[in-house]
Amino acid sequence: MKNKLTFAAALLAATVLSGAAGAKTLVYCSEGSPEGFDPALYTAGTTFDASSKPVYNRLVQFEPGTTNTVPGLAESWEISDDGLEVTFKLREGVKFHTTDFFTPSRDFNADDVLFSFNRQLQEDHPYHAYVEGASWEYFNGMSMPDLVKSIEKVDDYTVKFVLNRPEAPFIANLAMDFASIFSKEYADQLSEAGNLSDLNQKPVGTGPFQFVAYQPDAVIRYKAHPDYWNGKQPIDDLVFAITTEASVRQQKLIAGECHITPYPNPADIESLKANEALKVDEQEGLNVGYLAYNTKVAPFDNAQVRKALNMAINKEAILDAVFQGAGQAAKNPIPPTMWSYNDAVEDDAYDPEASKKMLEEAGVSDLSMKVWAMPVQRPYNPNARRMAELIQEDFSKVGVNVEIVSYEWGEYLERSKAEDRDGAVLLGWTGDNGDPDNFLAVLLGCDAVGGSNRAQWCNEEFDGLIQKAKTLSSQEERAELYEEAQLVFKREAPWATIAHSVVHMPMRKEVTGYKMDPLGGHAFEGVDIAE
Amino acid sequence: MIPTFIGVSIVAFSFIRLLPGDPIMLLAGERGMSEERYQQLQALYGFDQPLFVQYFNYMTDLLQGDFGTSIVTKRPVLQEFLTLFPATIELSLCAIIVAIAVGVPLGVIAAVRRGSWLDQTVMGAALVGYSMPIFWWGLLLIIFFSGILGWTPVSGRISLLYFFPPVTGFMLIDSLLSGQAGAFKSALSHLILPTIVLATIPLAVIARQTRSAMLEVLGEDYVRTARSKGLPPRRVIGLHALRNALIPVVTTIGLQVGVLLAGAILTETIFSWPGIGKWMVDSVFKRDYAVVQGGLLLIAAIIMIVNLIVDVLYGLINPRIRH
Amino acid sequence: MTSTNTKDPNAAVGLEGGTVIAVTRRARLAEFWYYFSQNRGAVIGLYVFLAIVAIALLAPLIAPHSPSLQNRGFFLLPPVWQEGGNWSFLLGTDAVGRDVLSRLIYGARFSLFIGVVVVSVAVSVGILVGLIAGYFRGAVDTVIMRVMDIILAFPSLLLALVLVAILGPGLVNAMIAIALVQQPHYVRLTRAAVMSEKGRDYVTAARVAGAGNIRLMFKTILPNCTAPLIVQAALSFSTAILDAAALGFLGMGAQPPTPEWGTMLAEAREFILRAWWVVTFPGLAILITVLAINLMGDGLRDALDPKLKRS
Repeated sequence: MKNKLTFAAALLAATVLSGAAGAKTLVYCSEGSPEGFDPALYTAGTTFDASSKPVYNRLVQFEPGTTNTVPGLAESWEISDDGLEVTFKLREGVKFHTTDFFTPSRDFNADDVLFSFNRQLQEDHPYHAYVEGASWEYFNGMSMPDLVKSIEKVDDYTVKFVLNRPEAPFIANLAMDFASIFSKEYADQLSEAGNLSDLNQKPVGTGPFQFVAYQPDAVIRYKAHPDYWNGKQPIDDLVFAITTEASVRQQKLIAGECHITPYPNPADIESLKANEALKVDEQEGLNVGYLAYNTKVAPFDNAQVRKALNMAINKEAILDAVFQGAGQAAKNPIPPTMWSYNDAVEDDAYDPEASKKMLEEAGVSDLSMKVWAMPVQRPYNPNARRMAELIQEDFSKVGVNVEIVSYEWGEYLERSKAEDRDGAVLLGWTGDNGDPDNFLAVLLGCDAVGGSNRAQWCNEEFDGLIQKAKTLSSQEERAELYEEAQLVFKREAPWATIAHSVVHMPMRKEVTGYKMDPLGGHAFEGVDIAE
Repeated sequence: MIPTFIGVSIVAFSFIRLLPGDPIMLLAGERGMSEERYQQLQALYGFDQPLFVQYFNYMTDLLQGDFGTSIVTKRPVLQEFLTLFPATIELSLCAIIVAIAVGVPLGVIAAVRRGSWLDQTVMGAALVGYSMPIFWWGLLLIIFFSGILGWTPVSGRISLLYFFPPVTGFMLIDSLLSGQAGAFKSALSHLILPTIVLATIPLAVIARQTRSAMLEVLGEDYVRTARSKGLPPRRVIGLHALRNALIPVVTTIGLQVGVLLAGAILTETIFSWPGIGKWMVDSVFKRDYAVVQGGLLLIAAIIMIVNLIVDVLYGLINPRIRH
Repeated sequence: MTSTNTKDPNAAVGLEGGTVIAVTRRARLAEFWYYFSQNRGAVIGLYVFLAIVAIALLAPLIAPHSPSLQNRGFFLLPPVWQEGGNWSFLLGTDAVGRDVLSRLIYGARFSLFIGVVVVSVAVSVGILVGLIAGYFRGAVDTVIMRVMDIILAFPSLLLALVLVAILGPGLVNAMIAIALVQQPHYVRLTRAAVMSEKGRDYVTAARVAGAGNIRLMFKTILPNCTAPLIVQAALSFSTAILDAAALGFLGMGAQPPTPEWGTMLAEAREFILRAWWVVTFPGLAILITVLAINLMGDGLRDALDPKLKRS
């Protein structure tokens, strides 16, 4: 194809002409614009891909391609016996970016850690409200303000976090994007010049790539950080080309205008895989899509009824029609890639006959119910309306009449929380930090009834298990408790677990070293383009 | 114009607040948030105050040039608008220029050769042009010209090989100023498909309007007189007829500006063209109050100004109402 | 504005003239048809449009399948002339196995419904408001025209989008939004027509004869302003279908699984490279329908407006 060859040739010519011997540019066609470059202010994955992943590091990081926490800017850490103090030993010799708007005069040290967290924690911090509407969503969402009592600098390379209660997932929280480490020196420079908002528009960090320029809604440019503590990247320039239409991203990939793109249309995955110039990586997403019954309202307060309805759902058809094959049937509330996933759990079989019988035995006949369908596409459910239609068909075969209901997304989220909600709601969840507590407690804990626990389900046995697991620090001990909790969940069936999406990442064959992030982020550290 | 502008501001302000769903709840996502946190954020954004207080604060800020801050990006609305607007203007200008440059001559030819197959073809094509859904048309063009033939780039404003800081925001101008070889050509080739898609409807309408205006004028007495005087036909058409025929066409062109902005929304979405159309639609879906308000106001102001200019122009060229 | 050469004085004054009026009306209709049929394109448009109406009305009889029937083994089948096609699904199937042809046929109902409702609402409200503005003038007129200016200050699609977002996504709300956005055209048209007719002799004559305001507005003036309104109505019909499709494309119009053509396009966006038939056919359906209506609209304009009869 003429265009492909011309572009590839031009790119080659450009790399030769640009002086540096074979300067490599990786082009990523991203699916949307970042909201800003201070990851702590935002919650969208697209924003994290453009800010925290290339430009910043965190004390603790996820091992690329997994949800295991490994040292990042902190070399090691110790948790006190009572679980209330966590002391981090910081890495020495880490350099911040030198850009045309900032030159660091010192290496990374404890002051930077204190700045990065105190600005979110302390209301009187000069940077707490440095942009209008700054609300530190994730910091609050992960309950950090009531978890963290204070942060102390022990010496230049030692920082101590004092907690209000022991919480095992705390370490995993520090690997999340909001915990990115900023340069206090840069922040001071900006506040002296009176340009605080530049912290969000011209970022400076310690990460593998440094920010060069952003043309809104069009292009973001980065270049490799020459003094990156983990080694200079094989790629010299990183470019994000913002392309919101999936079909257009695919065209660009095939034409060679981008090297790697996210979120292909599920319908196109077959042809992408068949394309000789491309390869498609895949991985189960750290998410779950479910249908939550309202366990406080009859007849859904009867576990038999819930199990019977589960058995009426044809998950294969849903995987075909809604996920186009890019999904995996779910049997547990946590995805298979998560530690403590209990594979021994047996899923409810698809058996409409048995389902009808069970409903009869439970004394349910002529049941009419509502199924709520989301109006927007989510990672765990690409088309909730279509899914609801299939479920409607399925339920009608066992004598249950379904009315499909939908609201505008914000309203949907709001109304579905109500304890007296009428109907079963289709929703889902994407993991934040790779910890099972982040799924089980948030979505099924007693505390969350009336909030994110949309089944309004409070089961003493289940809750006891997960609350206990929160306080232990040994992963094996916690895993045992979580495995048991999953058995309780399956028995009681507050949800029909539908599917975990499978995430596909098409890229050109020359791209090497890309590891898929189970949490759904896109990071380019360690990526190279083979000649 | 002032009372209209105030009316527009009231509409923009109230409409966005009538939208169901809440930007704060959208920020919380599936996780949700506690009631106190919700109240805290309400206070932070000023949503807890009575509506007319919010409106008053908004208007006072507006008069000082502060169009508010986006809830989503935390950046000033005016700044975002000014960064994205040149892209839309560039596309719209190119579209209207193409529409006029192609539409007017086609309309004239069709009128002069009325009834011939040329006339029928042109009018037929124009009719098809404004009968089709342009988002469908755009998608088909991309698949055919970019996908199958590979003649045009798929999306964006310029090839990623070129990188220069924006001076005016107009890619065509900036690429020339940058002095980089091939940059201008790249910017031009990226403009081709979006311009064609956006220009389709105005072109069709202008062609048809020109034709009917010309026909009307050609039948007038003074034209017949000019012809009978022995003036060469081209002079007759070019000088006398066309000038008078263009009068109603100017009004049509003015009306097409609103059509262009509406079409820009769909075109920008399909071609990933970083302009204000896409920005506005996204903001409605995200309930970004400040952006929708500010954006609606700014766009309405521009349309009103353009209409004013068209009215003035019309007054200038129409001798009958000049005095 | 006035489309007839001779006006029966009885008809003009609004007195019931019985057979006298009928003859005049029949004569007017015959004259209208004569001019209309001169325009070949308009006649073709009319036939196509009638065919679409017939398809819509006879949908349950001619559609091979139910539009909402999910054929679970037949997801995304190509049209019958391509490899993998199936004779029972002539134009292929969509992502949940529904027959595209049947959905297109039933979709005609929705498009026509949208056109009829939008035009009726826009026309009736617009004419009423325009009549009031043009007839009474003064403060009422100023306020009404200001409101119209405000509506015109926003790009129509954006305004419709915000309106639908307020009312909630759905076909009915989309129609209300589109009708509202089209108001200024009718109001201005009616107002201008009323203002120019108001000073005419026959109106003065009627007023002298004792006709009240309402009678004057509706029975005297309005019938003589209908020509441009009819033409505008035809244009609105096609605009309404296109706007509803655009709103559907943005996700704010008719909601799935309604087989409305624009909604079908929105659902099909992700299949554009893999299953071209799910995208192309609904778009073609819209194009053909709108084209037919616009052809008719042209013919109507030519037939009703004496000045352009020659073209």
